[in-house]
Amino acid sequence: MNKELVIKSTTDNLARVRDFITSTAKDVGFNNETVGEMVLAVDEACTNVIKHAYKYSPDRTITVNIEFVDGKFRISITDNGIHFNPSTVPDPDIKVYHKEKRTGGLGMFLMKKLMDEVSYNTLNEDRNQVILVKYLN
Amino acid sequence: MADFNVNTREVGSVRVIELKGYLDAHTAPELENTFNSLINDANFKVVVNFNSLKYISSAGLGVFMAYVETMRENSGDIKFTNMNKDVYNIFDLLGFPMLYEFFEDEDLAIQKFNNSL
Repeated sequence: MNKELVIKSTTDNLARVRDFITSTAKDVGFNNETVGEMVLAVDEACTNVIKHAYKYSPDRTITVNIEFVDGKFRISITDNGIHFNPSTVPDPDIKVYHKEKRTGGLGMFLMKKLMDEVSYNTLNEDRNQVILVKYLN
Repeated sequence: MADFNVNTREVGSVRVIELKGYLDAHTAPELENTFNSLINDANFKVVVNFNSLKYISSAGLGVFMAYVETMRENSGDIKFTNMNKDVYNIFDLLGFPMLYEFFEDEDLAIQKFNNSL
């Protein structure tokens, strides 16, 4: 199975992305709890693209692709915005964050906690891609 | 379009914020506006009731992180109540329970503020 949703880079489209993940993941048999985890992880990935890769510029494109093969549910989120190096983002220390009123990096941390696998790729033509994987047991 | 609503109530010296629907990067600015007006009016004792909140992302959690210190510096706080399990799990993953007070019921959070007078 392969499905794709292309959206413009605005936060009002996050609800559409969540609906797309919910319906597709439910169709292949994931339970509500796991669907909720994937929905949040993908929301965080798209929010990061809108905020950081596209700096809130509203007319750019985000492609969300879902592939489901042999129990592996693979979601890729692709943009052609500003590249970043994920290894430079440490796991957040929540106490320090509060003191300094920092919130950056929370989304990446949640993605790691909620998904079975998270990876970041740079494709040709300067495209960035986050791949989120969940296995259906 | 995400469905989200913020409603603020007065209970003595405490302000209760009721959240409804989906709190994400799109709707978080609405909650920021609410906190800004509370601070402008010198209301620092805040209870957030999550009874009707269905969903939260880190953009929503970030709002509480941005405002809690201001409340505490002014003898107030942000306390959380009536959270469903799914929403609580996200707060838990990000370590909020060691920095915030969570209550089963709104009245208990208000009582805690009143007892500390």
